[in-house]
Amino acid sequence: MVIIGAGGAGLRAAIECSAAGLKTALVCKSLLGKAHTVMAEGGIAAALANVDNQDGWTTHFQDTLFGGKYLNNWRMAEFHAKESPDRVRELEQWGAVFDRTPEGKILQRAFGGHTYKRLAHVGDRTGLELIRTLQDKGIHQGIDVYMECTISQLLKDGDRVCGAFGYWRETGKFVIFKAKSIILATGGLGRCFKITSNSWEGTGDGHALGYQAGAQLLDMEFVQFHPTGMVWPPGVMGLLVTEAVRGEGGILRNSRGERFMEKYDPKRMELSTRDVVARSIYTEVKEGRGSPHGGCFLDISHRGAEYVKKKLPSMYHQFKELADVDITTGPMEVGPTCHYAMGGLKVDAATGATRVPGLFAAGECSGGMHGANRLGGNSLSDLLVFGYRAGVGAAEYAKSAPSPRLDEAQIAAAANEMTGYFGRENAENPYQLHLDIQNTMQNLVGIFREDKDLATAIGKLEEYKERYQRVGIMDGNRMFNPGWHLCRDLKNMLICSEAIARAAQLRKESRGAHSRLDYPGYDDYWSDHNLLSEDQGGRMNVQPCAVVKAQDLQPLVDERKAKEKK
Amino acid sequence: MSKREFKVWRGDAQGGKFIDYPVDVQEGMVVLDAIHQIQSQQAPDLACRWNCKAAKCGSCSAEVNGKPRLMCKTRLDSLPEDQPVTVHPMRAFPIMRDLVTDVSWNYKVNKKIPPFTPKKDTQWLMKQEDVDRVQEFRKCIECFLCQNVCHVLREHDKKEQFAGPRFFVRIASLEMHPLDSLDRIPLLKKEAGLGLCNITKCCTEVCPEEIHITDNAIIPMKERVVDRYYDPVQIVIRKLTGKDKK
Repeated sequence: MVIIGAGGAGLRAAIECSAAGLKTALVCKSLLGKAHTVMAEGGIAAALANVDNQDGWTTHFQDTLFGGKYLNNWRMAEFHAKESPDRVRELEQWGAVFDRTPEGKILQRAFGGHTYKRLAHVGDRTGLELIRTLQDKGIHQGIDVYMECTISQLLKDGDRVCGAFGYWRETGKFVIFKAKSIILATGGLGRCFKITSNSWEGTGDGHALGYQAGAQLLDMEFVQFHPTGMVWPPGVMGLLVTEAVRGEGGILRNSRGERFMEKYDPKRMELSTRDVVARSIYTEVKEGRGSPHGGCFLDISHRGAEYVKKKLPSMYHQFKELADVDITTGPMEVGPTCHYAMGGLKVDAATGATRVPGLFAAGECSGGMHGANRLGGNSLSDLLVFGYRAGVGAAEYAKSAPSPRLDEAQIAAAANEMTGYFGRENAENPYQLHLDIQNTMQNLVGIFREDKDLATAIGKLEEYKERYQRVGIMDGNRMFNPGWHLCRDLKNMLICSEAIARAAQLRKESRGAHSRLDYPGYDDYWSDHNLLSEDQGGRMNVQPCAVVKAQDLQPLVDERKAKEKK
Repeated sequence: MSKREFKVWRGDAQGGKFIDYPVDVQEGMVVLDAIHQIQSQQAPDLACRWNCKAAKCGSCSAEVNGKPRLMCKTRLDSLPEDQPVTVHPMRAFPIMRDLVTDVSWNYKVNKKIPPFTPKKDTQWLMKQEDVDRVQEFRKCIECFLCQNVCHVLREHDKKEQFAGPRFFVRIASLEMHPLDSLDRIPLLKKEAGLGLCNITKCCTEVCPEEIHITDNAIIPMKERVVDRYYDPVQIVIRKLTGKDKK
């Protein structure tokens, strides 16, 4: 068993695989415990009903579908809502220490789009708690962890996967993992955009590796811009400001002091879904009512200094140290930042299997769970629920799979690709090409989109693919060489960017995180269809497919739709 | 736009030296921004670790102007303007390349600490005030700056006998967990070498998470070791009852 990615989903999957008695390798690009999961701050959504006792899985399911504008895979949303409470309790039993209610139970907080107080949390560092707990559980269970190792190619034996080719970041030496089944848990693709909350790792590796191996990408047009990222100083632009600030009562205002969410979603106000809040802030700025550095104001100071420091300690420090702003006495400036990919590899709801035999996916690099827009807090629960399921599914598959046979020609080609970046004459600078991709995606495929921009973006991406052929590195050798690493990462980002732009052009409507200036409303056809991207002989083919619904869940969906109409 | 002179250590296990790089300074810039600028414009192969850029992952530890810091949290305007900014890899760990050090030893130490083990029939109820202290310890982002400045590791390199502040904090978080059932006091005394710490508080000073490592973790753990092994009353009771708790 090989699991690629050691964030929440990868770790949870690895724990399950090794519990099933399989020899489990967990491969990650960074050191263990540094994955982007640590940046998840606000909490884990689970209908534990510790604070609001009316809560239950049906409401969580309905909230998730409403948030995702009914494009979610209904079955995934059902599993997620039903199983997340167990996954959270299990974390506690493995040593996680959540904030408590007065009775001593796990405390839950309000969050955008959730009907009830639902997010189990630890101040504003829930992701760190989750990853540390899984890490400590995992290392004592006999998982082999391979740190600072990047996978650049999945190896295949006929139709099925049989291994992975990669390099050690430290030495630049190549490594081959032989495996009966592989789980991709590589997280997001935010580095395709200029303003992003994602770290250097979010280059869409799993999306691209799976796509190249023959799996399909689903819902790629839906990229979540988190409404509140830092906008100043320039170096931290895009850095996440947790939704927990709004969950704890934070108020958004424009430069005139108006609480502008009254205009856009008077019912939910600041706790509207992320797509709505991000668009609202963007619109305020565009119409000249922004803050000095091109965002809006978010104020939590009315909750009192002690409360803010207790519930939002890392936000307090982040602003104090990086922006010279004391959030206990005044507002912070925030604006939208690329945060999360709803789109990802199309998987079977129960097992996380892609259509490629032996290849599974879980977490952000898989698609379907969140539809057109993810609710805050549904990501950490997604990692746990589907990390677990993919672990079980992949282990089951591996037990009956034949021994993998590696193909020397594929290995040689993968090695040539990596060494090819050295010694190219007049090589294209990878950092410059990366910046160009980011600017194109940010400016033409961002929060608001329209046909002419998307067409331009697709044209530019074709140029970038040409330039990518010449990308190379003149300096240094294969030892810990970030420029060399970036060369290969660009390929993944180009695949993801193209899928996003092409799907965005085809979806001629506005829904969830996808807003078209030229098609501002919902469209009936698209309310029932997702978009799938797949490789066809080196060309990307994008086409619609029907949303995965379920008869037994229809009454719950109808009930919610009727309620929203009122 | 003003310029600042940077001296960044470049090299590998065989040796290296400071290389000068001019950097364009923007308002509010941190040291990690400068390193990224150097990578993209002057030295694409400059090796450094980083992830979150928000002081939440603990990847970008280095010694800035000789002081152990997270590069993502160190603003240029907090450093003296009249002298170049020096950036050196952590000194307590073997160098891999440029600013990247081999911190794998820490992961080996962590693996030796017995994990959280709940009591049988646990009810899973805990009061907030009973977990405040544990939560403080669990804020640790494993930047290993405390390990880097600890004399026992930095000057005396006693990595075989001493777990270091990071892992005293970790053990304390388990020992103080209201529902944990294991006894890690013998581990602290023997394999973890807690006695080697002479509470100079260097670790506490550099902790970017402001964990009170010495006062809240190390000293209480030292007290527990003392109570167990050196309290004369306890020794007598153990002798009389024949109950020698290891």
